Amino acid sequence: MAELATRSLPLSGVHGGSAIVRLEPAAPATRISLRVRAEDVPALSSALGVDLPMKPKTSVYANGRTALWLGPDEWLVIDEGESGLMTAAANSGALHSATDVSHRNTAILVSGAGAASAINGGCPQDLSLDAFPVGACSRTLFGKVEVVLLRTAEDAFRMEVWRSFSDYAFGLLSEGARDAAL
Amino acid sequence: MLLIHCPYCEEDRSELEFRWAGEAHIARPENIAAISDEEFAEFFFLRNNEKGLTYERWRHIHGCGRFFNAARDTVSDSFLMTYKAGLPKQPVPVAERFAAIAEETSVETWEQTEGDAR
Amino acid sequence: MSGSSNTTGAFRIKGAGRHTPARTARFTFDGKSYTALEGDTVASALLAHGVHLLGRSFKYHRPRGILTAGPEEPNALLDVSRGAARRQPNVRATVQEVFDGAKIASQNRWPSLSFDIGALNDVVSPFFAAGFYYKTFMWPREAWHKIYEPIIRRAAGLGVAPTEDDPDHYASRYVHCDVLIAGAGVAGLTAALSAAATGQKVILVDEQPEVGGALHYDASTMIDGQNGYDWAQAAAAKLKAMPNVTVLTRTTVFGYYNHGFLGLVERVTDHVARPGRDAPRERLWQVRTKRTILATGSIERHMVFANNDRPGIMLASAARSFLNHHGVAVGKNVGVYTAHDSAYEAAFDLKRAGVSIAAIVDSRDKPGEAVLAEARKLGIDVLTGHAVVDTAGRLRVSSMTVARNGNFDRRKIKVDALIVSAGWTPSVHLFSQSRGKLKFDEAKQRFVPDIYAQNSVSIGACNGTDDLPELIDEAITAGGGSVVVSGENRFDWTGGMIGAAEGAGPETAVKAFVDFQHDVTAKDIRLAVREGMHSIEHIKRFTTNGMASDQGKLSNMHGLAIAAEMLGRPIPQVGLTTFRAPYTPVTYGTLVAHSRGDLFDPARKTPMHDLEAAAGAEFEDVGNWKRAWYFPNRGETMHEAVNRECKTVRDIGGVFDASTLGKIEVVGPDAAAFLNLLYTNAWDTLKPGKSRYGIMTREDGFIYDDGVVGRLAEDRFHVTTTTGGAPRVLHHMEDYLQTEFPHLKVWLTSTTEQWAVIAVQGPKAREIIQPFVEGLDISGEAFPHMSVAECTVMGVPARLFRMSFTGELGFEVNVPADYGADVWKAIWERAESMGACLYGTETMHVLRAEKGYIIVGQDTDGTVTPDDAGYGWAVSKKKTDFVGIRGLKRPDLVREGRKQLVGLLTKDPKEVLEEGGQIVADPNQPKPMTMLGHVTSSYWSENLGRSIAIALVAGGRARMGETLYVPMADRTIAVEVTDMVFVDKEGGRIHG
Repeated sequence: MAELATRSLPLSGVHGGSAIVRLEPAAPATRISLRVRAEDVPALSSALGVDLPMKPKTSVYANGRTALWLGPDEWLVIDEGESGLMTAAANSGALHSATDVSHRNTAILVSGAGAASAINGGCPQDLSLDAFPVGACSRTLFGKVEVVLLRTAEDAFRMEVWRSFSDYAFGLLSEGARDAAL
Repeated sequence: MLLIHCPYCEEDRSELEFRWAGEAHIARPENIAAISDEEFAEFFFLRNNEKGLTYERWRHIHGCGRFFNAARDTVSDSFLMTYKAGLPKQPVPVAERFAAIAEETSVETWEQTEGDAR
Repeated sequence: MSGSSNTTGAFRIKGAGRHTPARTARFTFDGKSYTALEGDTVASALLAHGVHLLGRSFKYHRPRGILTAGPEEPNALLDVSRGAARRQPNVRATVQEVFDGAKIASQNRWPSLSFDIGALNDVVSPFFAAGFYYKTFMWPREAWHKIYEPIIRRAAGLGVAPTEDDPDHYASRYVHCDVLIAGAGVAGLTAALSAAATGQKVILVDEQPEVGGALHYDASTMIDGQNGYDWAQAAAAKLKAMPNVTVLTRTTVFGYYNHGFLGLVERVTDHVARPGRDAPRERLWQVRTKRTILATGSIERHMVFANNDRPGIMLASAARSFLNHHGVAVGKNVGVYTAHDSAYEAAFDLKRAGVSIAAIVDSRDKPGEAVLAEARKLGIDVLTGHAVVDTAGRLRVSSMTVARNGNFDRRKIKVDALIVSAGWTPSVHLFSQSRGKLKFDEAKQRFVPDIYAQNSVSIGACNGTDDLPELIDEAITAGGGSVVVSGENRFDWTGGMIGAAEGAGPETAVKAFVDFQHDVTAKDIRLAVREGMHSIEHIKRFTTNGMASDQGKLSNMHGLAIAAEMLGRPIPQVGLTTFRAPYTPVTYGTLVAHSRGDLFDPARKTPMHDLEAAAGAEFEDVGNWKRAWYFPNRGETMHEAVNRECKTVRDIGGVFDASTLGKIEVVGPDAAAFLNLLYTNAWDTLKPGKSRYGIMTREDGFIYDDGVVGRLAEDRFHVTTTTGGAPRVLHHMEDYLQTEFPHLKVWLTSTTEQWAVIAVQGPKAREIIQPFVEGLDISGEAFPHMSVAECTVMGVPARLFRMSFTGELGFEVNVPADYGADVWKAIWERAESMGACLYGTETMHVLRAEKGYIIVGQDTDGTVTPDDAGYGWAVSKKKTDFVGIRGLKRPDLVREGRKQLVGLLTKDPKEVLEEGGQIVADPNQPKPMTMLGHVTSSYWSENLGRSIAIALVAGGRARMGETLYVPMADRTIAVEVTDMVFVDKEGGRIHG
């Protein structure tokens, strides 16, 4: 009798932004939290098809997958499709920890000329292009919630946030977007 | 608000991303089950709470998640240096130490003003 | 409406000022309507109409006017509103710009500004001397609450705060820069031009509506061959056009904190008649800068002499601002009292604008020669070596009494305004806030920056640099670039004094005000010293000098000098009170910014939240989570709903949202070894596919958290924590993993939000979920209590736990969060058809208490060991190490008679104990009674038809069957000590 369950997305139907900031929920994605020791990074990189960046605050994009450096042995790997990240990691044959966090996180896409200002409405990091260039990523705070920020273009960011914090993050971004447009 | 250099992120970040985690370089005894009550009290309950140069643990909890060590001046509230967890206690470079001492005299503390009044 | 001098005020000077005559704004003051020019401050607009009386002082209710033309104003504090909720008390008339429709009112007066009953305080002022509060309200002690405190509270504070919610919104933004420049006068602008030329990211901030600083009043300075003020505006325009420069006006740097962090408040709409809907009222800028250039200028001091506080007496620079910037004369016949050359320039400007100067009274014998010559040229009478020893005029100054220094002959000179200057105090507030150390400049009697604690530099007047070319050089150097700016002053200034002037010295009893807002006189400061206050910090607190909202911007130096004179000690030895943030008052709205309403705190909702709300759930807050509390049917009370839910779960089944429980994935070959160290239990013996209840202690041996841990594979555990404990437990585990056990190959990941958790409990639990589970035999034999498995539920990968927090047959279905709502819907649909119910946290609490399951944080409080809680079995005896192993052996933790968790049954089964109720053995013993413990959990159990409770009781387990007592305010309740399991003591139901 069991029919297939359907997905309900956090932030479904929300909209916001201002004249110079566009806010939209990102499409569902596959994500793993990946933990690897330095010596096993090459094996995981090749298994996942994306080179895990070793430099703090950087990300690497390849084959539809983005690997974000979060800590010295920690990466967030995002695949925009429904691909088998867990399986790929398991097939590496190297010591690692991979945990599926596809549903733990959701993401908000922030774009437009005022994107950085809107995020700086709650984020204490320097988001100038010098300090936070395209491809830069960091776990940080946004108001009272923790987020992972990835700059996808000069005027575009992806904000990864735990699902139950996403309403708050979207609300605070809306405030920031409104103020950035003034 | 403090600015803290994370030795793992190799960058200065806002205090907001960090959490203080107590005095540094207090190792959990390997034979903890066998130590005396006095040794346990020394290890777990007693802290120096130094005025001036102090070594403490911090965690970049909303960043890379790593614990690390910091030398901080509790009078000026300034960080003198930070270094990775697991490293032995690091000496504070002379320049920072000098700056810190210069600063110490420049801060009007309760002791200074009240001391005068007595 | 035309802006002719008639409508915008009789004291407007044609051709003077920088406002556009055609642009007017209308406002009311104490109900009377006035016309102003756009750009006027409330102060300049009222002065234009000859209104000098603006308020009453704090203590003596003395009539007060406008003392300054800037943010240092201590007197002219008004209530400004654009509606009941948009009303702001204590607004400085010298800062607030007039906007069309403003309703402005005076404060601290009753029944009216010109006739104020409180002024009686002035007559009886001997009773209100410094330290009055401390001495008078000491005794009797009981009078404090009922009499003294209400009186003091009513009298305290000048304005009245609005009671409505603030309808405005406030913005906040973090920003980083290379150079932050505080102050956009000549020094700040020049430094900005210089710094900007290097390509650095520069933020230039000024609190006034326009840049220019002292050039607002100083109309004689020429820079780069043009009028200084015009040069400033051109420089700002040039800076604004540069991509690396941000110029913020109407913005105050209010705090200079550690590591180059500065707080700025930008006033966005307070000057606008009809603010846009999106515009915030104020914006908080949180700036992190690599370097700070302080160009904060200096503040003119008043002269301390008898009755120096009458309306119409103001700083010379203020009069100059009103004239040169606003085009308003402060009087028609103005007296000058000064110890500094700068006041002469004010007199010259006024004289040239057609105002008569009654006399310049200069306390010095030798004023600057240049100003003296100019005064003679303009025909102004100068009395050197003279003092103003008194003034007259009830609501406005009408005359000054002048005497030669050291001489008793006095004469009255009629004036309608008196402008004063004792010299200039460098604004070292921000430097001092940055923990910089000041030094005292003996020659010029002022404190200037000495040792820097941060990467900053002070330039210009705030650094004691008076000479304009020198100031410009300093600014260019500070900016680090190469620009050419040249400037010249018309006159070099000399002079200055601090402390009481002639006639207000130690032997006098006159009211010579030092701190206007707090009504502190020179006499008060001397009294403080006589009464034994020898530190400036004590003098400040005793007299309240410098403690008003202006924070002593005018009064601190005078107060210090008077104290030093009394003490017979040099000024640096008496000290300077520490300047603290904020520089000027900051609204709470700005500091709170976005953190209000929905954004006050995140409201965390589970994936099933909306379905629960639709089913009528009431929610309770657990940490930031909104948890379904109970599900009342139509017309049911909470009690009725919970009773029904409790019965239904045990009789049939119930569905519960357990998603908020913390979940941590522990992965790696050393996962079991790590958990062995973090929990009291043994984990290496747990087989994949099984789960176990675990207790975590801290190193001290006390219970820190608990939860069920499932082993999914040799190297993968699914750990659950309490809802509230999730973040701190992960932090605690990371701490040990990273710093004590870094050799272990294991990693931790929070998966709390990855999974939606649907608990199905009760005799029919298996029947309810059976059809949804694929690829797993969940029969009692194949999947017994405490089993865990990965399977498929409604086509999605799931983790199924056979576990129970109710004592019934139970399952917890974990599905990826986005599927939670749909799976919940399907399970509930089936459960409902079978007669089961939805239940919330309240029923969960009752059901677990019926089984004696503890809740960490409710039944434990950080002083309870596993054995105290009756969970001694969960502490492995075989392990040689775990966190808490040593702590548990401490003498106090193993002694007899510790408080232990036990059950309590009231003798009257209908009586439900209060949680927190204290327990005693003998209710008739004298007070204070010996308390044995307290009730930790207490509920009505519908299943048992009686109340049940859990309590911490000293030596509790040895007291089974004893009668103890819970004394309440109105009665004493007798209880019997029992074990903690009230329902299904044999535990058979859980294996159903």
